[in-house]
Amino acid sequence: MRYSQEGMATTESKNTAGPGAQFQGQQGFVYLPLIAGWLVPGAGHFLLHKWGRGLLLAASIVGMFAVGVALEGQLHTSAHDMLDVLGMVGDLGSGLLYVVARIAGWGADQVQTTTADYGTRFIVVAGLLNVIAAVDAHNLRTGRKS
Amino acid sequence: MTYFPAVLLFALFASTVFAITQRNTPRSMIRYGIYCFVLFVGAAIAASWLMFLIAR
Repeated sequence: MRYSQEGMATTESKNTAGPGAQFQGQQGFVYLPLIAGWLVPGAGHFLLHKWGRGLLLAASIVGMFAVGVALEGQLHTSAHDMLDVLGMVGDLGSGLLYVVARIAGWGADQVQTTTADYGTRFIVVAGLLNVIAAVDAHNLRTGRKS
Repeated sequence: MTYFPAVLLFALFASTVFAITQRNTPRSMIRYGIYCFVLFVGAAIAASWLMFLIAR
């Protein structure tokens, strides 16, 4: 028996012609919403004309990243040990936000205060949330979710 | 920014993303978002009191 609640996003049968099936017949690169959503928060949903969801996702992810930078959180720039690798993977989840922040020199090189440590977590979690949002856009594109 | 506003912002942003990605309908998204927000903030307050009592 599968666990599910009312309104819960579930994997639907391929034969079910639910609302999520509207993109199944579309031609084009099926991974485009996934890649676009990773590079720019919310872009995957915008491509699928889910304007409200995309706007809320973009505001949340960019907002969390911005708060992290404002708290002088650290952007992971090297991968010397395992924790650095994990932090960098999380940061890279933000896509172009991470690249722009690196180019602009935002964020601290080293964590100096407690709130800066919080900022570092905000930046990492923003990246992880962006990955979740990009996968959600992919699921919408393939019809797994409506 | 102090700790509690940081907790509130974290809970707000994370709950929004969880709600949109884990539920299908707007009504269930709002309900799940509120549920996640309350859990985030409630867990933070509970952990804070626990640490306070342990430290005494």
